[in-house]
Amino acid sequence: MYSFNYQRPSSAAEAAEIIGGSADALLMAGGQTLIPTLKQRLTSAEVVVDLGGVDELKGIRMVDQMVSVGAMARHAEVASSSDVKNAIPALAELADSIGDPQVRNAGTIGGSIANNDPAADYPAAIVGLNATVHTNQRAIASDDFFTGMFETALEEGEIITSVSFPVPSRAAYMKFPNPASRYAIVGVFVSQHSGGSVRVAVTGAGSSVFRVGEMETALENSFSSSSIEGISISEDELNEDIHASAEYRAHLVAVMAKRAVAKIAN
Amino acid sequence: MTDTGIGAALRRREDPRFLRGAGRYTDDMNLPGQCYAYIVRSPHAHAKILSIDSAATSSSEGVLAVFTSADMEGIGGLPCGWQVNNKDGTPMNEPKHPVLAEGKVRHVGDQVAVVIAETRAQARDAAEKLNVNYEVLDAVTDMNAALESGSANVHDDIGTNLCYDWELGDKAAVDEVFENAHHIAKIDLVNNRLIPNAIEPRAAIGDYDPLSEEYTLHTTSQNPHVIRLLMGAFVLGLPEHKLRVNAPDVGGGFGSKIYHYAEEAIVTWAAGKLNRPVKWTAERSESFLTDAHARDHLTHGELAVDENGMFLGLRVFTKANMGAYLSTFSTCVPTYLYATLLAGQYKTPLIYCEVKAAFTNTVPVDAYRGAGRPEATYVVERLVDVAAQEMGIDAAEIRRRNFIQPDQFPYQTPVALMYDTGNFQDCLDNALEAADYSGFAARKEESKQRGKLRGVGLSSYIEACGIAPSNVVGSLGARAGLYEVATIRVNPTGSVSVLTGSHSHGQGHETSFAQVVSDMLGIDYESVDIVHGDTAKIPFGMGTYGSRSIAVGGSAIVTAIDKIIAKGKKIAAHLLEASESDIEFKDGQFAVAGTDRSKSFGEVALTAYVPHQYPLEELEPGLEETAFYDPKNFTYPSGTYVCEVEVDPSTGDVEIQSFHATDDFGKVINPMIVEGQVHGGLTQGIGQALLEGCVYDENGQLVSGSYQDYTMPRADNVPSYTVKTTETPCTHNPLGAKGCGEAGAIGSPAAVMNAVVNALSELGVKHVDMPATSQNVWKAIQDASAS
Repeated sequence: MYSFNYQRPSSAAEAAEIIGGSADALLMAGGQTLIPTLKQRLTSAEVVVDLGGVDELKGIRMVDQMVSVGAMARHAEVASSSDVKNAIPALAELADSIGDPQVRNAGTIGGSIANNDPAADYPAAIVGLNATVHTNQRAIASDDFFTGMFETALEEGEIITSVSFPVPSRAAYMKFPNPASRYAIVGVFVSQHSGGSVRVAVTGAGSSVFRVGEMETALENSFSSSSIEGISISEDELNEDIHASAEYRAHLVAVMAKRAVAKIAN
Repeated sequence: MTDTGIGAALRRREDPRFLRGAGRYTDDMNLPGQCYAYIVRSPHAHAKILSIDSAATSSSEGVLAVFTSADMEGIGGLPCGWQVNNKDGTPMNEPKHPVLAEGKVRHVGDQVAVVIAETRAQARDAAEKLNVNYEVLDAVTDMNAALESGSANVHDDIGTNLCYDWELGDKAAVDEVFENAHHIAKIDLVNNRLIPNAIEPRAAIGDYDPLSEEYTLHTTSQNPHVIRLLMGAFVLGLPEHKLRVNAPDVGGGFGSKIYHYAEEAIVTWAAGKLNRPVKWTAERSESFLTDAHARDHLTHGELAVDENGMFLGLRVFTKANMGAYLSTFSTCVPTYLYATLLAGQYKTPLIYCEVKAAFTNTVPVDAYRGAGRPEATYVVERLVDVAAQEMGIDAAEIRRRNFIQPDQFPYQTPVALMYDTGNFQDCLDNALEAADYSGFAARKEESKQRGKLRGVGLSSYIEACGIAPSNVVGSLGARAGLYEVATIRVNPTGSVSVLTGSHSHGQGHETSFAQVVSDMLGIDYESVDIVHGDTAKIPFGMGTYGSRSIAVGGSAIVTAIDKIIAKGKKIAAHLLEASESDIEFKDGQFAVAGTDRSKSFGEVALTAYVPHQYPLEELEPGLEETAFYDPKNFTYPSGTYVCEVEVDPSTGDVEIQSFHATDDFGKVINPMIVEGQVHGGLTQGIGQALLEGCVYDENGQLVSGSYQDYTMPRADNVPSYTVKTTETPCTHNPLGAKGCGEAGAIGSPAAVMNAVVNALSELGVKHVDMPATSQNVWKAIQDASAS
């Protein structure tokens, strides 16, 4: 770890002011990616701005029949929130499947999606539920938020304040974890909404979360795992590493999607 | 049996300090005036060092010294402890393993320079400013490529990457058997390279006292006396009486802390140069890059079988990866600890093995829990299953038919070893019954209903432990004796300090050794203290590895206790005015046979130190005895493991449903500790079978260099084990104990992999290489369905 200055503001406005005044500031939410990266000297900063003291970014509440999750909500809070469990149990289950107890009690939704690790779980839920990401400057639709590997639509100085999730009729998340890191090799979030619209969002497989339109259409016509039988995902542009080839990932997307649909249908 | 004696499932006395975080590990120690070393390591797998500019580093804040190999003139290379000869009798190629790189780096992580500063952070900051100018060379990490002509040469002065081309057995005789065999089972398999991952990273502190001119090394070692000998005699040129090596609490070793590492020599030498204590502690990523790796064999094996399923001959051709340099015991692992175990539990009359060891641009490979014996077991037990499947014989039945029978012991195998005892049939029957082997078909059907493929796998392993008779290993090339040493120091008030050359780093010696002493002397368990790890306290020792501590270290303790009792009888005879030959020692009492006259152990001890009523003309006062115990043979723990798995054919995911282990460890001192050792070994073996795989890319970069990519087994990867033991005592040591530390890791990979292949056999899969990750299993299914 290189030396840096540490700031712990008490409001989002104050945090924005600090990062606006530094050419080399990093926001820290739960620190579950940032701290190991700093420790390995893979990144450095003049100032690290810890959002842990910003109360307005915390908490989970129902707002206009949407589940509003504060950017600093820990994974364990989302997993155990009665609002989340009642409205979107699949989201609570997803949060409960992230990392280990230490990670879940430190890591936050805002930190996770701002980092946009291609193997993170939350992006699948954000896109799979058509959530809206609120920042100190604007609201960003889920389909516009994740722009590439570790890339988002966030501008310099922009701070995520909350994420609002529409409540689906039914939803499920199926993850095939990396055996070592337990991140998603493939995670598929499927949701069906009133009116019958369906979203199928895939994390882990590509450079960033993506939707599978062909599956969504098929499921909108008939919501059963058999209706997506035979829909294959192109392995072009899928990730490859020592744990999973692109071919294997493409196969797993189909398997996990079917399992998510089957879980919902049952 | 007393409730603290031999056979008692006593809780470990070391656990309260470990569980409370009160263990005292090397990195917990901080000496006055201590400074910190940071090792600058090669980012390249293979490169020439053209120049090193240390100006910016030297002037960096807090820096005390920057050393490269140029500063270490007269310092020797890290020695290899075992010479293996080629088929033609010529010695192996043994390149120098410099403490700091000399002109060339040969693996990523190779140590290039050391920066010493007032703080660890300053040392690291300064190290980043060291300007090393490299000329990057082609690297070779693959054994097959390394042994081809035209490959990059890891050691230019040798001109080949072949370390040795070794053989055991009569090739012509074995080949002849194959020519007329009814059936030949064949297999090509990979014994995957592993990275050890003890929970405590290596650490070392060097210290120097200019008044006594004595050096001290505190280090994470399984064998402090061996380090003192290797580092003192071969590397730094320091005599033993001026060098103390202390290995305090050590957080796991699994073999990786046997070896003498460069950092130990660096901090010791630098402490003398700077006249200050110098500390180095590995970061986890350094552990991945510098702790000796494990296994890494490529093997072709063939088993000749007659029409009744009887084994006629075995021939095995193995390539073994040595890495870039020869680590301390690297050379004996794929030879004398491997080929000698290829008889397994079977009467196979003729066996031939050839091993070609290769240098590559990878971390050195050395012994790791089992060391050669897991590799041998894997070859034998996979081949046995292939033969059974191809001949339509049940996997248990083919083993049963070929077992060495109980009345055939002692049994001379065709691969040098003489098994003293065993009852393989008994272990097999016990394990099959525990596992409800006969009920497998019904369970398989039930799994099928849930869309899962169920498989059962057996592994009947044997190992050679209790390493080792010194004259035998000496004749095979070992450059050390492998006895063990114990001193029993009876204190004047009757308490006992046991100074043992065995080192405990997770094995629970402080408990089980004390049980032996308490049992034999009939004294309170709490009055026995086990002292280990410090060359300043212990007379000598060869340390802990090869499941040798109870069989060899424990036997040394027993031998020393026998001397104590013999002297105690003399003292008691004098006190009781009886003849020495009439004195019996039992339950802590020296009694005159056939009378009620006796003296307690405590009274005799006190008399030895306050010798007022004492035969001073014939006997020295005091009660302290030392024994060097050299084993007469190896010990041969054996057992059968039965594993059941379920495979998800859609994803390739393998889940272990049950694992039943029956081991014959001979006499067991503490069954709870033994069970814990088996659990640990099984988990490591399952890790090798399903999860762990060290991966280098073509440039020699370690891809699996962190826990993000290297899969250690976790609690949810393993089942709740059923562990049982049978007992045929070792015939040649006084405890009858065989050792239990490595068994789980030796026997389990084959059981798991046989189960995986068994589950997939209906899809036409004949073999899956370890680790059987989901991807590898899925790929095997795809390949089988495509063919």
